[in-house]
Amino acid sequence: MIEIKQLHKYFGALHVLQGIDLNVSKGEVLSIIGSSGSGKSTLLYCINGLEDIQQGEVLVDGTTVHDQKTNINKLRQKLGMVFQQWNSFPHLTALENVALAPKIVKNFSRDQAKSIAEKQLKHVGLGDKLDAYPSALSGGQQQRLAIARALAMEPEYMLFDEATSALDPELVGEVLDTMRLLADEGMTMICVTHEMGFSRDVSDRVAYFHQGVMEEVGPPEQIFSAPQSVHTQKFLANVR
Amino acid sequence: MSNSASFFTDFQATDLLFLGEAAGRTLGISLVSISIGTALGIFFGWSLQASKWFAQATIGTVLDAFRSVPLIIQLILFYNFFPIIGWKMGPFAAGAFVLSIYTAALVANVVRGGIEAVGEPMRRAARSLGMSYWQDLRYVVWPIGLRAVFPSWVGVALSVIKDSALVSVLGYMELLRASQILITRTQEPFIILACAGAFYFALSYPLSKYSQKLEESWTS
Amino acid sequence: MDYNFHWRPVFRKIPELLEAGLLTLEVAVISMILGITIGLGLALLRMKGPTPLRQIATTWVEIARNTPALFQLFFFGFGLGAFGLHLSPYLIVLAGLTFNNAGYLAENFRGGFLAVPDTQIRAARSLGMTAAQTYIRIIIPQVLRIVYHPMTNQMVWAVLMSSLGMLVGFRELSGETQFFASKTYRIFEYFAVTAIIYYVIVKIILLASNFAARRLFRY
Repeated sequence: MIEIKQLHKYFGALHVLQGIDLNVSKGEVLSIIGSSGSGKSTLLYCINGLEDIQQGEVLVDGTTVHDQKTNINKLRQKLGMVFQQWNSFPHLTALENVALAPKIVKNFSRDQAKSIAEKQLKHVGLGDKLDAYPSALSGGQQQRLAIARALAMEPEYMLFDEATSALDPELVGEVLDTMRLLADEGMTMICVTHEMGFSRDVSDRVAYFHQGVMEEVGPPEQIFSAPQSVHTQKFLANVR
Repeated sequence: MSNSASFFTDFQATDLLFLGEAAGRTLGISLVSISIGTALGIFFGWSLQASKWFAQATIGTVLDAFRSVPLIIQLILFYNFFPIIGWKMGPFAAGAFVLSIYTAALVANVVRGGIEAVGEPMRRAARSLGMSYWQDLRYVVWPIGLRAVFPSWVGVALSVIKDSALVSVLGYMELLRASQILITRTQEPFIILACAGAFYFALSYPLSKYSQKLEESWTS
Repeated sequence: MDYNFHWRPVFRKIPELLEAGLLTLEVAVISMILGITIGLGLALLRMKGPTPLRQIATTWVEIARNTPALFQLFFFGFGLGAFGLHLSPYLIVLAGLTFNNAGYLAENFRGGFLAVPDTQIRAARSLGMTAAQTYIRIIIPQVLRIVYHPMTNQMVWAVLMSSLGMLVGFRELSGETQFFASKTYRIFEYFAVTAIIYYVIVKIILLASNFAARRLFRY
């Protein structure tokens, strides 16, 4: 379970997260929507400790993320992350991209790491691209590669940071399908997304962020059909 | 040290003047070579870009050789070659000759890169507006290319000023040779070298920073 | 033209010249290895070092780039004499080339590090890699590719620069050539042959570098 308690985050004078309280339980799929600059992506970075925080607490399965004593590298193995700009490693083949972390972080043998990587690449539909370098893959394929890379660490949670925003429209579908597949398999997911259809169909809950504040959270039917906050109503009116 | 021998004398004010004159000669031979070399280099660079293989096989090969042999060897080679073919050339003329071709070899590369940086689509656009080949060069390639290559050209010019120190091998009394002579006389290597180094640095550092700034402001 | 070329005595010395060419290569290669190591350190210090070290690194880089290589060689030659330190000709050339290589390469490395996007670090860290693992497995391999070409150029430059050895009494290829030339007065012939040897050395380096690049960087 991920627990976020009274989280405050500043970039200099900018108050990007203003006291967030949010719990995500095992098996849940949470979508976070909101306009850009609302702090949604920053929240993801705070959850796996890629950003420090100024106040409050983030707990993953009871471990405090921003505690100096926490082994953050160990903790991050539980938290797979997929970025907007897929960030595949350009100097490694698809297989090497996925196998690297299991090998050097989890100390699996070369063969073990390789077979994990193969399994995960097949899982996301890239079984025929094992030896391709990222430069030879489309954006959608690179994003699925990034998902496989995260899955290879056998994470218990997956964090998606606008995984489809940088993709050409015709490539969005394949990545969303992969994300749907994970959700169906019972993966716990937090998805920062602009895909309203996806968040409505797949999520258990949807949270709406506005200028560093979580305006409301609830089941998709409620958020999309009967939003409570004025800001949410405005936002949804605009994206439709 | 002063009582050891009258042969060595201390560093004096007139020595500074001597160094100053030598610095002037360094600047002189550099400016001559940079001017001639740039003019030649622009022509060579354009030929290399415009003609596919002929210029490449002739000019390209020769210029490449000038980039692949130490400058000091080129200087000695030509200085000793000119008398063989009956040309009387002093250290300045021979030095400026070699430095100019060396500069041209570097500038040609820069210019070719600049023309290529303008890109076919833009040139095609210019031609599609009815511009002639020369109008395209004059009004499109030149202004855009100039911008692209100016910082690299400053780099070439600065390296020629620094490399002009090698003309000292022909006996030309430029800054480093003057320093060497003073060092032998005064036995004050540190001060004299510091003066010479400071001169080059004071010339090169601001210019290279300036061109770096230009490059950054143009690319962003 | 009443000059008679005498090539034969020069050709007879070619084995000696080639041997001196090996010395040229040796000093260039060692100065590159040292230059790469120090250059990497200078680049990291300039980006992340504490202020005094950063200033020292910056000073090194700027002096190396903004003064003539010959000046740098003279400094290690006579300049250190002011402090009672007298290096052998070999060490003068090695120190001068290393100083120059490190300064130029530091700037290349810095550019290389800046060219690898920060997001690569984030991606690697998000997989649980440590900072050291991220540098060694993800960042440095990408930087190496970016600086590979400039590094090759610097190697060529080191070979060409080592010819300055003849001005401080080092008998590498140029020094050896001058030694023979001054004994026989066949200056043009000797330096013509040496020019060709330099040309061949440079071409071999470029070919080898291209060949290695094709094996190293398949992406």
